[in-house]
Amino acid sequence: MIVANRKPFEEIIEMLKPYTRILLLGCNECVTVCATGGTKEVAVLASEIRLFRQKEGRPVEIKEFTLERNCDPEYVDALKPFINDYDVVMSMACGCGIQFVGEHYRNKIVLPAVNTTFDGVTEKHGVWTERCQGCGDCVLDKTLGVCPVTRCAKSIFNGPCGGSRDGKCEIDKETPCAWQLIVDRYKEMDMLYKYLEIQPVKDWSTSRDGGPRKRMREDLTI
Amino acid sequence: MRLSYPTNVKIMKVPCTGRVDIIHILKAFESGADGVYLAGCLEGDCHYLVGNMRAKKRVEYVKQILDECGIGGNRVAMYTMSAAEGQRFAEVAHEMTEKIREIGPNPAKLQGSRGQANITRTLEPLRCVKE
Ligand code: SF4
Ligand code: SF4
Repeated sequence: MIVANRKPFEEIIEMLKPYTRILLLGCNECVTVCATGGTKEVAVLASEIRLFRQKEGRPVEIKEFTLERNCDPEYVDALKPFINDYDVVMSMACGCGIQFVGEHYRNKIVLPAVNTTFDGVTEKHGVWTERCQGCGDCVLDKTLGVCPVTRCAKSIFNGPCGGSRDGKCEIDKETPCAWQLIVDRYKEMDMLYKYLEIQPVKDWSTSRDGGPRKRMREDLTI
Repeated sequence: MRLSYPTNVKIMKVPCTGRVDIIHILKAFESGADGVYLAGCLEGDCHYLVGNMRAKKRVEYVKQILDECGIGGNRVAMYTMSAAEGQRFAEVAHEMTEKIREIGPNPAKLQGSRGQANITRTLEPLRCVKE
C-alpha cells in the first residue's frame, strides 16, 4: 500500500488561510489502511481546523467527503455535483489522488494535507514500513524476497557495505541491514551459494531515472 | 453513598472507555465543552482487556491535536478508578472542574452556544447504555 503521513497542522492551516468553504477529501484505499486519510482522519482534521478557525474568529464551512478511490475517473466523478460549492479542495489522499482530482476539476486548487511517503506494509497495528521503490525491474528472486533497492540505505546490489554492524545498518541502530537480512534468508533456505553470484550494475532506466512511467494494456483500452 | 459532584459535569455513559474515539472528544470541544475527561477502569481491570489502555493513548493523541490548534491539550485528561470508588469519582469530578475553571473557557466556544445541551446531542451516537 501507499503510506502517507499527515502534514504538520501549521502547514495545513497556512495553506487554508485564504479560504472559508473547504472540501476536505479522503480516500478509502491505502491512506485509510495506514490511518492517515480515511473517513476517520478526515473527521479529525476537519474538527481540528474548525476549532482553530473558530478560535481565530474566522469560522470555516467544511464538507467532509471520502472517495472510494481518488485515482480512478469513475470515482472522481462523484465530486461533480458539489465540488463547485467550495472555494478549495484539500485532500488527504496520496499524491496520485491529489493530482488526479486536480486534473479532473481544473478550476479548483487541490491542496495536499499529507506527505506521501512510501510503498510499504503494516508490520503490526499502527506500524508501517517501506518495502518497494517501484524500480521497474524486480530482483526479489535473487535476494529471496528482501529488496536491496528499498531496504538498503545505499541500494547496493553486492552488499553489505562497511557500515553493517550486528545486523543493523549504519544509518541507525533500529534499521536492519538489508544485506544481513538477505544473507539470513539465504541461510534459512540453505541457498548460501547464491551469495557468491555477483550482481551486475543495475539498469536504472526502468526506475524513476528513466522519467515518468506508463503502463498500457491494449486489450483494455477500447 | 450520597456524594455530590459539580453539576456542570455532564456524564456520557459508554460500555468501555475503549469506545471513546478521538473524534468524540473533539466533537465535545466543538460543541462548547471547556474540558473533557475519561473515567475508566483501573489498568489491568478492563473487561475488554485493553479498552482503558487504548483510551489513555487516544487521550494523549487528542492532547497533541488540541495543542496544535490552540485549544490546549491540558483540557483533556484520563482518570482510572474502580466501579466501587464513588468517593474517588466525586473527587475527580471536583479536581477536573477546578482545573478547567483555572484554565478558563474553551476559546473556540460559539457565542451564545448552550454548551451542555449541544454536547449531549453531538455525542448521542456514542450513548450505548440506557440511563
Ligand atoms: S527490486 Fe524493485 S520492484 Fe522489486 S521490491 Fe525492490 S524496488 Fe520493488
Ligand atoms: S549497512 Fe547494510 S543496509 Fe545499511 S547501507 Fe550498508 S549494506 Fe545497506
